[in-house]
Amino acid sequence: MSVFQIKETPKSYDVCIVGSGAGGGMAAYVLAQAGIKTVLLEAGPLYDPAKNVTQLKWPWESPRRGSSSPHRHFGDFDAAYGGWELEGEPYTHKDGTQFDWFRARMVGGRTNHWGRISLRFGPNDFKRKNIDGLGDNWPISYDDVAPYYDRVDQLIGVFGSKEGIFNEPDGIFLPPPKPRLHELFIKEGAKKLDIPVIPSRLSILTRPLPDNKDRGACFFCAQCNRGCTVYGDFSSSSVLVKPALQSGNVDVIPNAMVREVITDNSGNATGVSFVNKDDLQEYTVNARIVVLAASACESARILLNSKSSQHPNGLANESGLVGKYLHDSTGADMGGILPHLVGRKRYNEDGVGGMHVYTPWWLDNAKLDFPRGYHIEYWGGMGMPGYGFGSGIQYTNGKYPGRDGKMKPAGGYGASLKDDYRYFYGATFGMSGRGEAVAREDNYCEIDPNTVDKYGIPVLRFHYKWSDYEVKQAKHMKETFKQIIESAGGVVTWGHTDTAANQYGLAAPGRIIHEVGTTRMGDDPRRSVVNRYNQAHTCKNLFIVDGGPFVSQADKNPTWTILALSMRATEYMIDEMKKQNL
Amino acid sequence: MDRRKYLKTLAVGSVGAGLLIQSCETEKPQTQQAAVTHTIDRTPAEIAREEKLRAETFFNEHEMATIAVLVDIIIPKDDVSGSATDAGVPDFIEFIVKDKPELKTPVRGGLRWLDVQCMKRYNKSFVDCNAEQRIEMIDEIAFPELAKPEMQQGVAFFNTMRDLTATGFFTSKIGIEDLGYVGNRPNQWDGVPQEVLDQYGLQYDERTLAESVKFDT
Repeated sequence: MSVFQIKETPKSYDVCIVGSGAGGGMAAYVLAQAGIKTVLLEAGPLYDPAKNVTQLKWPWESPRRGSSSPHRHFGDFDAAYGGWELEGEPYTHKDGTQFDWFRARMVGGRTNHWGRISLRFGPNDFKRKNIDGLGDNWPISYDDVAPYYDRVDQLIGVFGSKEGIFNEPDGIFLPPPKPRLHELFIKEGAKKLDIPVIPSRLSILTRPLPDNKDRGACFFCAQCNRGCTVYGDFSSSSVLVKPALQSGNVDVIPNAMVREVITDNSGNATGVSFVNKDDLQEYTVNARIVVLAASACESARILLNSKSSQHPNGLANESGLVGKYLHDSTGADMGGILPHLVGRKRYNEDGVGGMHVYTPWWLDNAKLDFPRGYHIEYWGGMGMPGYGFGSGIQYTNGKYPGRDGKMKPAGGYGASLKDDYRYFYGATFGMSGRGEAVAREDNYCEIDPNTVDKYGIPVLRFHYKWSDYEVKQAKHMKETFKQIIESAGGVVTWGHTDTAANQYGLAAPGRIIHEVGTTRMGDDPRRSVVNRYNQAHTCKNLFIVDGGPFVSQADKNPTWTILALSMRATEYMIDEMKKQNL
Repeated sequence: MDRRKYLKTLAVGSVGAGLLIQSCETEKPQTQQAAVTHTIDRTPAEIAREEKLRAETFFNEHEMATIAVLVDIIIPKDDVSGSATDAGVPDFIEFIVKDKPELKTPVRGGLRWLDVQCMKRYNKSFVDCNAEQRIEMIDEIAFPELAKPEMQQGVAFFNTMRDLTATGFFTSKIGIEDLGYVGNRPNQWDGVPQEVLDQYGLQYDERTLAESVKFDT
């Protein structure tokens, strides 16, 4: 008797969602509130920050003191099960290009460990082609999305300050935290250069939400990336999936690796097939509507692997554009020391889990040699020591007098070295740029014809190159960072030796983990995969609500826009169901 | 000294070092033999991997003895806090090279390089040298900008050991207290304390004071 068979899940659902991150979590939440019977498949295990706790733990509670491991790339306490390399789940590249593909496998996905940077797209970000002739416009505008941004702000909570900057729309904000010491110096220094430094906009509850008893307010431990036991910050797991489960209308199937979307003879979606990672059996689940939210590249992969006679190039791929126009944010960094901060007075400087201030894009690209902007993130101060604390002190302690006021040779050992670690603690700081790349058809992921993963699912093959636009943008970042550091009274210590030869230190594609664009939105079915409501043009009961539909990414992190668009698409879906169109 | 004599001396030195450790009870912390309890969220795969790493033995007794001496030279006891061995740094290093195998050869090879250098100079392994000899040796590799070119491998090794010692020390309970880090607990962040603002001649502007989150005391 064969134990290997494809088992049909007995229950039938109205909606099947693949992926429980920002997009999938929001879809599940909206559907749950509307009483719609939904199943949510997640490739990773269950995860609840209140139960899977690393918050408020000390570094010595990890034998590697918080360093990264094969299971948690961003550190032993980080709420990210997964990383760039997953055992048995390879991906490939062609033409010698590089794309590093991050996968978080857990309920809530990347929203468990992300930076909580919650920026609305601005009006310009939806219409870039009108401005610089590059890429394409979104078919929708800021005005279409604004009401959903408002509701997301109120549902989830985000702090910030009203600034009235045209392309950085103000939200409905909770009060921001005061700047830290190094942030005050950065603010002063940047001001002299006419570079704005304003309160950051992070989805962290500095005040409790009025109608939400399930979430506590932030208590400023700076460990959002570890997941918050009181749900004081946004993770899809705690804020969206948990209430969805509590409604009784949503079933969650964890450890479910989706293989493909199943379609009928007319080419409509009827459900999905998946591997249950616990028993390694094959299953199918049926639903009236399928929602893909497995992350931009993973959803593209599922579509491309869902071939049928009606969809010979992959489901919803009549345009041939599934997987194309892949683009990630750019990134470049620089760090320094504020020499006057040596020997700092100690106090609790943790704050929230991220920067209290940042710099939104402030220049006019028409006057520069690159078309798109970037924002600047800042870090520094007296953080909790982790693996790597004190590394490379020989690059610092030879350049500045020690506590005794005397210079000494770099490096060393003994009592004076021990005191150097204390003395220089909290005096270093740095910054990172996060910029918009131009979406191009020839940056893409496709199915590798020769390779399958351990589940037998054909894997992705990437083809991606930065263009001159991104390289010039990185050059500008480096020049700007040096100016800011020096204007703040600092001395640059690293990140200043990059040149054109290494693309000015531009991070490898995929490293910023903001990849979008692979199932782009548009009015024309020949030039897009989904319509204005994230609905596939050629498969009406298929929706895609992760970052895939983005036409362009903006100099802003995608998550808030993923949430707003998912809310909008799901409400449209519910409306269409009521009208019997779906 | 010809090569065969080097190696023979080294072997004798190692045996000697082993005996030396047993006979001289230092305040070395007990190696954990008990089953590990995990106080942080761990997946089954992480627990399995850690058990596998802990079951592995990489450094031998002589290497561990050398590491113990080195880390205490790098971070000794002073009037603020204990030494690197007080803070469990050798055990941390023992684990971390198994966790990060790319460190295995640099550290093992560096330890051996150090012993060979001591053999050449003093006809003893590093741990068998007296305090003055050890420091004389370390002085050759502890200062990257002053070291002779032929000592460069030793400089690279000592940089690694310095980094590992600093990380292991300042992420221990003793080290965190020494550093004066007072975070990692529920807090109300009401900005930089006034005395610190005054120290640097800074202040929050009116707008920041008005808009920022406030706390009922």
